[in-house]
Parts: sequence; structure tokens; C-alpha cells
Amino acid sequence: MGLTYVQKLIARACGRSEVETGEVLELPVHLAMSHENAALVINQFNEIFRDTGREPLVWDPDRIAIIFDHRVPAESSKTATNQKKIRDFVAAQGISRFHDIRGDVGGICHQILPENGYVRPGQILVGTDSHTTTHGALGAFAFGIGATEMAAVWALGSILNVEVPGTIKVVVDGEFPDGVYAKDLILHLVGLLTAEGANFKVIEFHGDTIRSMPTSGRLVLCNMAVEAGATAGIVPPDEETRRYLQEEAGVQDDLEPFAPDADAVYDRVVEIDATRLDPQIACPHTVDNVKPIGDVKGRKIDQIVVGSCTNGRLDDIEIVARTLKGKQVAQGTRLLVFPASWRIYSDALNAGYLRDLIAAGAVVCNPGCGPCLGIHQGALGDNETALATTNRNFKGRMGNPGAEVFLCSPVVAAASALTGCISDPREVN
Amino acid sequence: MAKGKVALKLDNDISTDIIYPGRYMATVLPTETPQFAFADNAGFNQALNEKQVPSGSFIVAGDNFGCGSSREQAASCIKGYDLIVVARNFARIFLQNSINVGLQMIICPEIEAEEGDELEIRDNKVWNLTSGKSFAIEPLPEARQTIIDAGGLIPYARRLLLERG
Repeated sequence: MGLTYVQKLIARACGRSEVETGEVLELPVHLAMSHENAALVINQFNEIFRDTGREPLVWDPDRIAIIFDHRVPAESSKTATNQKKIRDFVAAQGISRFHDIRGDVGGICHQILPENGYVRPGQILVGTDSHTTTHGALGAFAFGIGATEMAAVWALGSILNVEVPGTIKVVVDGEFPDGVYAKDLILHLVGLLTAEGANFKVIEFHGDTIRSMPTSGRLVLCNMAVEAGATAGIVPPDEETRRYLQEEAGVQDDLEPFAPDADAVYDRVVEIDATRLDPQIACPHTVDNVKPIGDVKGRKIDQIVVGSCTNGRLDDIEIVARTLKGKQVAQGTRLLVFPASWRIYSDALNAGYLRDLIAAGAVVCNPGCGPCLGIHQGALGDNETALATTNRNFKGRMGNPGAEVFLCSPVVAAASALTGCISDPREVN
Repeated sequence: MAKGKVALKLDNDISTDIIYPGRYMATVLPTETPQFAFADNAGFNQALNEKQVPSGSFIVAGDNFGCGSSREQAASCIKGYDLIVVARNFARIFLQNSINVGLQMIICPEIEAEEGDELEIRDNKVWNLTSGKSFAIEPLPEARQTIIDAGGLIPYARRLLLERG
């Protein structure tokens, strides 16, 4: 019986010829990623070693990545103390892939991992962050876990009890119409599958739309696969994967891309005609409450957020800057821009994008998670409405349960910044 | 077996942002997280903090409980009050976090209960003593049950660490 991509990946990692859906396996871990919640991981890690007579040492300090992104620079003494504790642990254990609050190497974990060449096709990558699914864009099996689970990974070097997931095959064909991007595709898909429609499954992306999509777009798709409940999103690697890793991520070693079997058995196949998509909006308060833009345009917006691990990449900033160049953000609307990493910030600076954004009235903030999860900057006031290129719109997500968050693509965010209300980019000059 | 009242009835797709709002994420230790459980539901949060909800009480929810962020605080904050979560089904990371930290959660695909109803867990069923109906419990896969039986992931991982030398 043929194997899907993730089944083949797991079989290879275990040195077996095949695996069955639902089978429970302990898997080796190639990369274990955490952010500020490493503070809890450290606590649980030390608990595992308590009374064992063993020195608490991580299994492999070169396979652990820690990136500060959720609250940078620290917003409180409590966060600063957590970060200090993590910094001390990193030094004591010799953890090599550590990205501190720095303008040369810092950024959001889900951008730092790809752009530094930490991710490879065929890897098993776990992270204490639900959006770890992002890295499936490069052909890894990448999924979110909790802090205690990560503590066990640090101690044992493997992830215990992983059920081999079933796979939903999503086939996307056709060219996107004007104004439609990867973000619209994934919002549409989450609406179609619902917030739980892919629970305990992997979404595997296929079709000519995906094949011709750059890695920056594939990262968007896999990032938000978790919003349909998926364990992981995966784009089987191809020539574009190789191009990205070699040209943009500085990877020199040989890659061994592989593909799912032609006779792989899928739990479900979903076909999408990209030519028929409109810009999509996820409405409050669930990500699967998705509507075509025509249904919600005209809605007044108090704050627009461009950034996050979903849409804070250079092409996202570029399209917003180009749309706003020589124009002004509407009075009564705030536009906050958070590049996903300092490398992107620097590239956007050199390309003049940041200058154009600031001249238009945008506030360009330092790379990090920012307002996406309501813990740092850009909180919303009572009864305010936000439009964001981020990934979640749950009640309270941007720090105020009395506010509303709509999700969109960068070009919709830019068009709406000019008008002060949700606007179709195809109708805004 | 467990018997108690439904202290909170919730809908489908309850995210970890609702269970443990992001602005409290700098608080990480299981001993400290319970104070912020359901912080945006002021009435319930206050009842918890004032110890008006007896341990062994139930939270009943619909589909996909615990979706969203992987934050383990969402499981540890409920565990701190020894509440039991009965849901039609759970999101993957929350389910695993619950098992790892020892939060009692029950998958009960047909559950029907309202706040104030008295529930009892017996014979692999949830009995709603108020309505007189009973609902089958979906057992956990063996590999997950093993971690629960070990008392959570920390003792389980500790045992593996010692066994593997």
C-alpha cells in the first residue's frame, strides 16, 4: 500500500519500509524549538532529572533552537527574568542555536528557523508553539507540542507516542486572480475544513498553484494548517525548496527530497480552483468564520496589523509599502507593521519600504510577535476593531475580549489602511 | 469514581486564549497559573479564586476544546483546581498537554449537560444524574493511557531516562 508524504517520512526516520495510520511510535527529533516558554520547559526538564542522581544535561545542544520573540524587548520584569533564566541555561548547556534580542540575528521563531537553514526536507521538527506547522513548507514533519513534552525531548532526544497521522490531500490548481494570495487560499481552506476538520491529520499540499508558489507563500499555508486543527501542513519538497534553501537560507549540504507514493491512501481529497478565489476575510471570533471580502467590506477599522509568523515576510512588507507609497493611512486608523525578523527588517530598510511606510503614517515596530497574541504592544481598546495579517482572531486574542479581530492578506490590509475600512484591493487605487 | 456538579458549560472551539489569556503567559509555573484560569470570564475566575468551585467539579464543552496555542498553562491552570473536563472532543496539543500534566479529561462525544447538573463517572460512562441520561466515554489510545497511569509525563520520562542508562 502506498504511503503519503508524512507516512513515508516517519517510516524513513524509523528505518522501516512502511507504517500504518494510527500506529503509535517513538520518533527521533532532528530539531527542538522553543521561545520564551523555554522557561517552563527548563523547570519541567529539571523535574525529570530530580532524584535520578543524573546531571540534567540536554541530549544534544546542537539540536535545540531557542528564539526570543513573544515579548521582545521584555515588557515586564517577570518576562525579563524568564529570559535571563533561559539565557543562563543556554550558556550552561552550550545550546548553539540561540537567537537573543538582537538586531543582527533576532526575529520570530518561524522565520528564524527557515532563513537560517535549520529546516530540511525529511526532518522531524517539534516546537513549543502551535504554529510550528510552518516548517512543513520545506518538507519537514513539524508540529507543536507542550512544554512538558519538550522537556522529555530535551532529556531523551525523541518524541514519545506519536500517532502516525492520516493525511488530507489538498490539490490547488490555476493562477490566483489579481488581489488573491496564499493567505486567501489558506483562509478559504480553513473555512472549508472548519477549525476541527483536520484534527489529528496532516494536510499535504499539491497542484500547480502550489508548485509555482514561492516558499514565502508555502510558509503561509503550512503556518495556518493548524487553524483547521491539523497536526502539520506539508508541501512535498521540489526545485523551489532546493532554491530557497540554497539561495536564501545558505544551505550547502545535499538534500534528499522524496515524494509521496503515487498510490498513497488519503483520508480525504479536497480540490480547489485558485482562479475562482476572492480575497478572504476571517471574521470574529473563530478562524473558520471565513467570508469573501464582498460580504464584509466597508467595516470601519481602528487598527491594522501587518506582520507575524504568517505574513511578516519581505514580500508582505513590499506589497504594503508599494500600495501605500506616496499616500496616507486614513485618519482614525492606526497601521502597525512588524517585520518577521531583523534580516527582513534590514532588507525592507535597504529597499526603502520602511521609509515609504513611515511617510504614509505607519508605525514600524521591532520584529517579534507583537500584538498578535495581545501580550506586548498594540493592544486594542474596548469595542475597537482590528484587521490583521496574523493567524488568530479568538476572543481576547489581541489583549481585549471586548474587541474584534478580522484576518486578511497583506494587500487587503494595505488597501484598508488607505480607506480606514475593510476594502477590496481591486477597488482601491 | 468521580462525582460532582457542572461548574461551567462551554460551547465548541474553546481556544486556549479563552482558557488562559495570552497576556498572562509570562506566568508559567503550574503552582502559579491557576489564578488566571478563564481570566476573561470574570465571574468564573473569581469563583475559582475564592474557592467556591469544589475540586472534582466538571467543565463541560463541545467539540475541539483547547484549540489554538500550545500553551501548557491552559491545562495546568485547570489542573490546579482539580476540575475534570468533559468534552465531545479535544484539540490535539491540549489533549496531550492534559495527559502530560495530569489534568483529568474525558472524551464523551454525545455529552449533554447544563451548569448545575450533577455528573458521575462510572462504568466507562458519564452519568448525568440530573437528567437521568448516560453517555459513553471514548477510551484513550493505550500509549496515552500509559502516561496517565504513570502519573504524568514527568515520572514517565524519568523512568525511561533511568531505564535507558
